[in-house]
Amino acid sequence: MARLKLKEHIINRDWCKGCGICVHFCPKKVLELDSQEKVVVVRPEDCICCKLCELRCPDLAIEVIHE
Amino acid sequence: MAIKDYIRQRYFPQMWCPGCGHGTILNSLLRAVDELGLDKNSIVMTSGIGCSARISGYVDFHSLHTLHGRALAFATGVKLSKPELQLLVPMGDGDALAIGGNHFIHAARRNIDITAIVMNNRIYGMTGGQYSPLSGPGKKATTAPYTTIDNEFDVVNLSIAAGASFVARSTTYHVLECIDILKKAISHKGFAVVEILSQCPTHYGRKNKEGDAIQMLEVQKKTTAKLGSKALEDDPTLIPRGIFVDIDAPEYCQEYDKIVESAMKSANSSNSSSSNENRISLTTKSCVTQGE
Ligand SMILES: Cc1ncc(C[n+]2csc(CCOP(=O)(O)OP(=O)(O)O)c2C)c(N)n1
Ligand code: SF4
Ligand SMILES: [Mg+2]
Repeated sequence: MARLKLKEHIINRDWCKGCGICVHFCPKKVLELDSQEKVVVVRPEDCICCKLCELRCPDLAIEVIHE
Repeated sequence: MAIKDYIRQRYFPQMWCPGCGHGTILNSLLRAVDELGLDKNSIVMTSGIGCSARISGYVDFHSLHTLHGRALAFATGVKLSKPELQLLVPMGDGDALAIGGNHFIHAARRNIDITAIVMNNRIYGMTGGQYSPLSGPGKKATTAPYTTIDNEFDVVNLSIAAGASFVARSTTYHVLECIDILKKAISHKGFAVVEILSQCPTHYGRKNKEGDAIQMLEVQKKTTAKLGSKALEDDPTLIPRGIFVDIDAPEYCQEYDKIVESAMKSANSSNSSSSNENRISLTTKSCVTQGE
């Protein structure tokens, strides 16, 4: 299968509660929590679009959009 | 459709604690419904009481937030009156197997076409961390400060013994597997049970020193293994995940329809000479007798 190419992560900061599940289990360490304990994308170029962050998020706060 | 089209966005952010596994179960369930391409107007979700039960408020399906332990009783009523609807019944471990244990085994015994999802965090989350019939011995809870001595139910074995025709287990860590199992359970004709191991970091995690949500998910990863895997063969103490039972068995609503049909037939033949009006009243009577 061809490698998926990331367009963007859509993050809903109002819904994110900063549990850190997406950050911890991202296989490529693309995400981090900022000073307000909200998820931010720090290494988008490493994203493999596996969507595990989106699927595990208890708050439906992150979406991975690919080309 | 997008996932957001299946929820009532006005109630978000949802009420669950940060990292609560119940949110991930909602997420997986929405993906399953979306991937199956179900019309949301054909789905009814009934729930009881508990943190888990709050899930019915977030989905944009027909929903009934009912009484603690009684979600399956309400679902049975809905399904029998409108068998064409798809019934999804998420329940907490206390909801499903403490107060609702009797409804649970009898719904399984009847093999009525309902998808029962046990959101198992091994504790009463909503009421402050009392132990549940799924906690198991040696666990701490507000009602067991020196640890519990009660054995836990094995939801899978219990469901199989009670007569469920589809029985599976997954976790909130194994999301891809969980979505796949939920899709199969929803498509199954008959009583389908999916136990999903969930994490309550606020009560169970804190009391049992399992740490935060992330550490609790690491525990799920380490202590479970896929049915038929080498890992499970090497270490039978691991909790098995996967589909344990998936069989065709007579479904309750269909069997009920057959009874109605045979009652109609016998009433019609015994009253073949009477007027139409009489026939209708007698048919109704014999249906009622059969239903008792
Ligand atoms: C008839 C009745 N008995 C007891 C309660 C109190 N009560 C509310 S939720 C709950 C247990 C919740 O535990 P569980 O079903 O495991 O759901 P969780 O909150 O862990 O998701 C209890 C005992 C109630 N609401 N109604
Ligand atoms: S108390 Fe436990 S089960 Fe309830 S929302 Fe919080 S983490 Fe989830
Ligand atoms: Mg519980």
